[in-house]
Amino acid sequence: MSLPAASMPLRVYVSRDASALALGADATARAIEAVARERGIAIDLVRTGSRGMFWLEPLVEVEVATNGASTRIGYGPVAARDVAGLFDAGFTRAGAHPARVGPVESLDWLARQDRLCFARVGVTDPLGIADYVAHGGFRGLRNALAMAPADIVKVVIDSGLRGRGGAAFPTGLKWKTVLDAPVTQPAAGPQPSKYVVCNADEGDSGTFSDRMLMEGDPLCLVEGMTIAGIAVGATQGYIYLRSEYPHARRALDAAIANAYAAGWLGADIRGSGRRFDLEVRIGAGAYICGEETSLLDSLEGKRGQVRFKPPLPAIKGLFGRPTVVNNVISLASVPLILERGAAYYRDYGVGRSRGTLPIQLAGNLKRTGLVEKAFGVTLRELLYDWGGGSYSGRPIRAVQVGGPLGAYLPESQFDTPLDYEAFASIGAMLGHGGIVAFDDSVDMAEQARHAMEFCAVESCGKCTPCRIGSTRGVEVLDRLRAGIDRERQLALLEDLCTTMRHASLCALGGLTPDPVTSALKHFREDFGISTPRE
Amino acid sequence: MGDTPSTHDSSPADGDMTLGQRAAVDAVLALHRGRPGALLPILHGIQDALGWVPPAALPSIARALDLGRAEVHGVVSFYHHFRSTPPGRHVVRLCRAEACQALGARALEAHVKQVLGIDWHGTTADGALTLEPVYCLGNCGCGPSLLVDDDGLHARVTPASFDALVAELRR
Ligand SMILES: Cc1cc2nc3c(=O)[nH]c(=O)nc-3n(C[C@H](O)[C@H](O)[C@H](O)COP(=O)(O)O)c2cc1C
Ligand code: FES
Repeated sequence: MSLPAASMPLRVYVSRDASALALGADATARAIEAVARERGIAIDLVRTGSRGMFWLEPLVEVEVATNGASTRIGYGPVAARDVAGLFDAGFTRAGAHPARVGPVESLDWLARQDRLCFARVGVTDPLGIADYVAHGGFRGLRNALAMAPADIVKVVIDSGLRGRGGAAFPTGLKWKTVLDAPVTQPAAGPQPSKYVVCNADEGDSGTFSDRMLMEGDPLCLVEGMTIAGIAVGATQGYIYLRSEYPHARRALDAAIANAYAAGWLGADIRGSGRRFDLEVRIGAGAYICGEETSLLDSLEGKRGQVRFKPPLPAIKGLFGRPTVVNNVISLASVPLILERGAAYYRDYGVGRSRGTLPIQLAGNLKRTGLVEKAFGVTLRELLYDWGGGSYSGRPIRAVQVGGPLGAYLPESQFDTPLDYEAFASIGAMLGHGGIVAFDDSVDMAEQARHAMEFCAVESCGKCTPCRIGSTRGVEVLDRLRAGIDRERQLALLEDLCTTMRHASLCALGGLTPDPVTSALKHFREDFGISTPRE
Repeated sequence: MGDTPSTHDSSPADGDMTLGQRAAVDAVLALHRGRPGALLPILHGIQDALGWVPPAALPSIARALDLGRAEVHGVVSFYHHFRSTPPGRHVVRLCRAEACQALGARALEAHVKQVLGIDWHGTTADGALTLEPVYCLGNCGCGPSLLVDDDGLHARVTPASFDALVAELRR
């Protein structure tokens, strides 16, 4: 191991990801700069996204040259008070220290992933165009600019990419509908004839992959949306970002400004004669605005209420124009597909779930964070091999996958592979890929009540089964938990769930019964029921 | 939740705002009124400037966008984010969602309410803190989570670390 050339300042990397900041990354970064100055060591401190290993944050990486190649050696977690000691241990030369974890990319946790969408996150300067291009950025868009729109759409169809926002609809087919949609000019309204809207509302508890991507590689989303615009003939894009994500907002605004300045956005993208404009719009704390038609109403400046479908947004979307609405991860997966080809992406995965899923390990786990992996990995591998078991040290009792509308799974279902169809077959859903683990101190009747309460709080109010059904659901569960007339409450609850499932206008009311009935089915004892399950 | 503007109207008028508030609202309207779907950017602009959306600002928003006042009110009241009363000096948003529950958010919530002596949307007697619920802050790998003001995200919050945070915010 040799020192970097004396003229080259030493590169040190610290994350600026919101979770890393919440764990103290800013104070650590400031301490590194202060101690370096004090000791006369020239360093170039690069703020990156997060590698997604939260138990190691704040993670400090230092670049060292080994046989001509550079390797990043990690130390973590490093609090501000540990920084002087880190210098004492010679961390700038990759010296030994209790927090040293070795070459970061060789860590089992990372090395066993398939980082396609997240290849640059935690590695590059998220805002720098030069760094983005040096790491493969804009190659997909360059290819797309030389292709006919229908050919771009065909590549996306052939890749097998399905929407990562929850419903898993084939992305390419949606784009084809928008490409083929005739533009009927509404009497009034703004200029563009078609739109690309990025759903960055990420409301599901246990999910943060959209946030990490937007903070850690926002230009990848810019590139994916631009490709979508060129593919379907849209000249205006909006990113609808939830208001709870101030750090992502800053990263996106800066990345978009840099892309404009470098000619990657605007009236004439890199001299191609193609136009695409992009701006960020901020939501206002309504879970329902993640539902695509509510989102569009919200973007139009209205209350975020669900629209009746049809017409599909692809035909009649924002301001009545054909509109692509896609999740952040769906759009950010596209540049690589256009760069490497459909087959490269499709070769990952199983069955009809092609490619990779950025999985988020959350809740009561020892090692939480982001695992991007080809479909087919099992829940058990994720919970124990990656997650390391529970944070509390107690047995993992229940796992909720797919956000607040996802089913609760017991230990007997942990061998289910992550695959849309496999999850559907056990009455569960993958959704946006969030996995929330609970230990054995959980009260599943309380979780069921929470599911109903959440639906009551977040219902847009347009349909009765969701709005009233959820409020009744809370009352029934309160009586059930109090042990009042159990059989009657159980019958009422069954009834309510059936009505909500079949008569709600959208999946908020339609899926809220899933966490409730799965809890009831698999954890009967928590509801004071001793009868064996049917 | 009515959408029709009422003819008989006793809601606050423009005159109920201070000069400073008036100026902030006018500046926001001038900046955003021409944008497609301008209402949310306008409401955000006002709340970012004033900390809340004074009901007295609604008539001028409605005029600027050619909407009914009741329609604007309907939008403001639909979204949890917008406040119609002024908050305390700091706003603390505590996560109530599942991943944080799995790490003790319910016990933390009880502690927070007891220590501050307020319920959701309440403001402490000294005007220092307003407490608001939030369902997920995207910090689900390191909960329980809370957000102070615009971007002060806190991870792995315990009753003890919360007390220390409050002492700091009150200083
Ligand atoms: C209640 C509800 C909330 C939703 N929240 C989100 C969300 O936060 N982010 C998202 O991408 N999709 C969300 N969806 C799914 C969207 O309606 C839509 O399917 C998605 O944006 C389409 O993009 P995709 O095909 O790329 O997944 C939600 C759906 C429902 C019913
Ligand atoms: S559940 Fe609390 S931050 Fe996501």
